[in-house]
Amino acid sequence: MSKLIDFVITSIKVSLTGSRKYYAWLASLLIIVLFGAFSYYYQLKYGLIITDIRDQVSWGSYIANFTFLVGVAAAAVMIVLPAYIYNYKEFKHITIFGELLAVGALIMCLSFVLVDLGRIDRMLHILPFTGTPNWPQSMLTWDVIVLNGYLFLNLLIPGYLLYKAYVREPPRKWIRIFILISIPWAISIHTVTAFLYGGLAARPFWNTAVMAPRFLASAFTAGPALMIIILQIVRRYTCIGKPGCRLVVTDRALFTLAHIALISMLVNLFFLGSEIYTVGYAATSHLAPLKYLFFGLEHNGVTYAKLKPYMWAAITMEIIAAILLLFPKTRKNFTTLNIACIFAFLGIWTEKGMGLIIPGFIPTPIGEIWEYYPTLMEIMITLAVWALGFLVYTLLLKVAIAIEAEEVVHPSAKDKEMPEMH
Amino acid sequence: MVDESRRDFLKKAAAGATAAVIPFANVRIPVIDVTLEEFFQKHYKEMSEEEKQRVIERLKKEYKEKYGIDATIKTTEAREGVVWGYALNIQKCIGCRRCVYACMRENNQSRASPTDPTKSEIQWIRVLEIEKFKIHPGEEGKDFRTRFGEIIAGVNLEENEHYYNPEHVPEEDKFYVPIQCQQCERPPCVKVCPTKATWKEPDGIIVVDYNWCIGCRFCLAACPYWARRFNWSDPYLPKEEINPNMHYLGNRIRMRGVVEKCTFCIQRTREGRYPACVEACPVGARKFGNLLDPESDVRKVLEKKRVFRLKEELGTQPKFFYFMD
Repeated sequence: MSKLIDFVITSIKVSLTGSRKYYAWLASLLIIVLFGAFSYYYQLKYGLIITDIRDQVSWGSYIANFTFLVGVAAAAVMIVLPAYIYNYKEFKHITIFGELLAVGALIMCLSFVLVDLGRIDRMLHILPFTGTPNWPQSMLTWDVIVLNGYLFLNLLIPGYLLYKAYVREPPRKWIRIFILISIPWAISIHTVTAFLYGGLAARPFWNTAVMAPRFLASAFTAGPALMIIILQIVRRYTCIGKPGCRLVVTDRALFTLAHIALISMLVNLFFLGSEIYTVGYAATSHLAPLKYLFFGLEHNGVTYAKLKPYMWAAITMEIIAAILLLFPKTRKNFTTLNIACIFAFLGIWTEKGMGLIIPGFIPTPIGEIWEYYPTLMEIMITLAVWALGFLVYTLLLKVAIAIEAEEVVHPSAKDKEMPEMH
Repeated sequence: MVDESRRDFLKKAAAGATAAVIPFANVRIPVIDVTLEEFFQKHYKEMSEEEKQRVIERLKKEYKEKYGIDATIKTTEAREGVVWGYALNIQKCIGCRRCVYACMRENNQSRASPTDPTKSEIQWIRVLEIEKFKIHPGEEGKDFRTRFGEIIAGVNLEENEHYYNPEHVPEEDKFYVPIQCQQCERPPCVKVCPTKATWKEPDGIIVVDYNWCIGCRFCLAACPYWARRFNWSDPYLPKEEINPNMHYLGNRIRMRGVVEKCTFCIQRTREGRYPACVEACPVGARKFGNLLDPESDVRKVLEKKRVFRLKEELGTQPKFFYFMD
């Protein structure tokens, strides 16, 4: 027990000490969080009126970002699965970065859901004992279960392994069970999130069976793309890969991630194409939201097309990313690889964030067209949640790297060898 | 008998106990502006009669302080053997929107504030103006079209105008379709609600416990009739426009961050009166009654007229029927 307390205290110390650059990074994230907190204070005081969400478009930036980030969280499985199931050695060192990214992403997901609530004071009504969860009827109650469960798994697994590394003891077998559970669990979080929308017959744009598969495919593109960028940053600014450091992030690991992103992107584009074909060829009234998205909707002489430029930009970026990832020459060149990753990430963020949530509401089920565009305060809150997630991720990464690179160790275990971790 | 009174006693004892365990019940949590008593309030269906009365007393006091009115808040329950149904004659409807405003006066929806742009009007009834028919002439041979072209006619939920504002209604080439909560037998809004804050009463009315709703707006996304409204800010209600005759599950004054909707005027219909929209209609297009009573207005419409319901293909089974003479 005293070892565990020491582990926690050391972790806090390590996460709060660093270079000047490290402090500058933390401070800038904190400032964004504070700006958002200031806006959120107004939202609490005056209501969601400070956003541009209205009865016609009743979810906006918050839920769009939530949806996207569930995918980022789920994508950790793309590292865990090859590492543990196929024993892929290149991924052994980076699984923890994936799992901790999932933690950061989940913090953002849960925060986005909370800031979207009209009555945050009543959030406990969704839980058993303190409330009356409408389980199993409401998909939102399922989402509460799977998201919190996944958060628990991704805190437990890296937390336990880091603790064992810190005290230089080989991890017990039971942790493997949790690791194995985390694989289907990752799939479940994004499936349930897709079912939130897919189950609504009132919204033909969402009411499609391809929703969950498409969510997974796009998640497994955006997640690895983000990982590739993060791993390069971490490799540059920490001891990783430097002489005397036992931690490495190999180019091969990054290229494998790029390969995963490529295949997922192709599958994603295929699903998107299938959806566009089915809706477009049948050309029923269900076509309207898709028309709004890509061409704008004309209604009584006015054309509504606020999302059109974003959507075309997103599709263009996704196709460029797919092409850059497709050819080994550009996939294995870091300049073009990074462009591909940034494009893939931004493209999917647009396409399955705002590009998925907003058109679901346009036109309304009884034919009104009302365009949504986030307000400044709403954008500040959105940015703050992102900053909060990255803040948590940074602090966790700092601890993970310090322990795995043997910078810190429990005093009683100083002379012991680092045990085989996985 | 003995058992019942015993249970009653236990209930009373439990109510007393819960009332006692909340110390500082009147302390207000800043910013979100709720008292501890409100914070710990139970789901409506889980409250005993005493607890309900306690909450009602609190609300009355609050309305008195905030709006300066003396309200009565009833909890009249559904009558045995009653399932409410509605029938609307779209041939008679002239699109005057008197129902819309009668509904607002009756149900205490937020008004637009003359000074504060964040306070906007909430309406539960939306009247669609639809052109009787529209022909887009075609060119022979082009796009598989004939010279006649395309025609749009009938109750079209996509090609319509929500904000029509002519000098006089009805206009010659238009007809009107008012839409409000269709009180579905299989309500998708109830299915998706994560906290059971909205449910179907025994008389078929879908109600909301405004003090239990968390404001996630999943029900707004699930409703195929766009019948639910959200309080984006605290409602604005001038004292003289408030209807003091309230029902807990109906027209009592709402707070910011919760969902509201048409309840077929539960505060009226459960006391044997017609909904406000039925009374307000100048042409008698709106019929209301007990679907289980063969002599009711609505049953007579079902028997004598050809009726249809909106979006039957979704399987929601509305208890709101449209018909023509």
